[in-house]
Amino acid sequence: DDKLLTEPLSHPDFFGVKELFTLKDLFDARVHLGHKKGCRHRFMEPYIFGCRLDQDIIDLEQTMQHLQLALNFTAHVAYRGGIILFVSRRRQFCHLVESTARACGEYAHTRFWQGGLLTNAHVQFGPGVRLPDLLVFLSTLNNVFEPHVAIRDAAKMNIPTVGVVDTNCNPCLISYPIPGNDDSPAAVELYCKLFRMTIVRAKDKRRHSEAFRELQ
Amino acid sequence: LRLICTTAAVQRKNAGASGPEKYTEAFIKKQIEEFNLGKRHLANMMGEDPETFTQEDIDRAIAYLFPSGLFDERARPVMKHPTEIFPEQRKIQWGEDGRPFHFLFYTGKQSYYSLMHETYEKLLNVQKHQDQLIAQDLPLQKEKRNLAGSRWLTKIELEEMLLEKVSDDDYSRFIQLLQKLVALPCADIEEKYIQKFSKEVPVQLQKVVIEPLQYDERGVAFSTGEGRRKTASATAIVYDNGTGKITVNGIDILHYFPVLQDREQLLFPFQFLGRIGKHDMVCTVSGGGRSSQAGAIRLASAKALRSFVTEKEVEFMRQAGLLTLDPRVKERKKPGQEGPRRKFTWKKR
Repeated sequence: DDKLLTEPLSHPDFFGVKELFTLKDLFDARVHLGHKKGCRHRFMEPYIFGCRLDQDIIDLEQTMQHLQLALNFTAHVAYRGGIILFVSRRRQFCHLVESTARACGEYAHTRFWQGGLLTNAHVQFGPGVRLPDLLVFLSTLNNVFEPHVAIRDAAKMNIPTVGVVDTNCNPCLISYPIPGNDDSPAAVELYCKLFRMTIVRAKDKRRHSEAFRELQ
Repeated sequence: LRLICTTAAVQRKNAGASGPEKYTEAFIKKQIEEFNLGKRHLANMMGEDPETFTQEDIDRAIAYLFPSGLFDERARPVMKHPTEIFPEQRKIQWGEDGRPFHFLFYTGKQSYYSLMHETYEKLLNVQKHQDQLIAQDLPLQKEKRNLAGSRWLTKIELEEMLLEKVSDDDYSRFIQLLQKLVALPCADIEEKYIQKFSKEVPVQLQKVVIEPLQYDERGVAFSTGEGRRKTASATAIVYDNGTGKITVNGIDILHYFPVLQDREQLLFPFQFLGRIGKHDMVCTVSGGGRSSQAGAIRLASAKALRSFVTEKEVEFMRQAGLLTLDPRVKERKKPGQEGPRRKFTWKKR
């Protein structure tokens, strides 16, 4: 049992997340497109490659590295049977995110975030509730273009976060930010596909390892 | 003064602060087993058959073995099934490993949001189907769904369906989404899903059926009508090919209604239609006073005349107020007042 949990940690890329995407895939899905220069957030400047005709272009080399770290982390969390909560407040992609979560067997929250969901969970849900072990943000801003309350709450409750940060977002409190576009449907579909594939892969690997151990 | 420094952890160990005891499923199951065993022991003690020992027998046995002089029933010794003693806990919505069953559990309103999710999925399906039809240049179905005879579920019915509270905003959003789904031309595909949320409303009878003319043995056409006014009720039979003779309770109107005003009331429907000398009338009336009897017969004769007359003239009669039942009745006297409205004389001192 101990070996089952410690073995994946010794490999840098146990679940092979690098093979799931290439730079060309990210480019075709328009992940590199950011917002206009006026919307730029100060802390996103390291991740921006340049500015063309007032529109920011995100550095895809850095995005690749961040995406690989983030997907690796989600795979490890899913391998250990953690609860993953997909959060997004974009109305266009609400249905897509919920369907992705259902397909993985994980959870989604794309609706109005009630104040005490994470911090006051024992009162809201009942005693003995288990909080999510990872929060995945497909868009870190809410409908009023402010940082989502869940980022701050997850930081308060010591829950790690993975989030797609656009050029107008604040990447500060997110543990594994992924600089990239969060507005185009193509980009969001790509992210959903990648997360779904990693989680499914990690869970399958866990099931195979357990079955293998049962046989021995 | 000595400052007592305690950590938060130590302070929280205060026993009284924790809520009511949590009853796990295993605990309740054990209690049920103990109860059944105790029931059999009790039956043996009382010398009765353990198989057919009912709750009433248990109560009687306990009252016999442990007589108590306490006044409050709830304080006396009791032996009941554990489900009646331990309060019902809210059904736990997560499994043994802590993972919730529903994928929208963390939203708080899982059934409502899953309903919205499903409805939106149906909407997307319909739009996809529509796009396919347009791509193949096929005509879209333009059959208008009959919305007059159906209504959407009310908020309370939706709450019962979802087994959780629904706020007014959420309910209105859901209804708007359903209306959007129904407004699409190809919504017939999801007809079955929409029917789950719509209810039939029995259409109220709007058109009053005018009875056809009846013919008696001599071949003369006649028609009947009923009318009420205050406490008088009347029935009138109007015959065709008449001379304008009107009989009330077997008495001619000149003798029954000596006052001109009452006779005018009787003749008003005929005068309005211009058929004064053309019809005979036989009426029976009871109750009320002279004016209310006259009004009752007027209404009855107007209703009877509807069968002789075109629809347009019926509409004219209705607008003239001949076919409307007069709702005015005597108002009751209230206590503390002399009459229905008159108060007692106010004396300054």
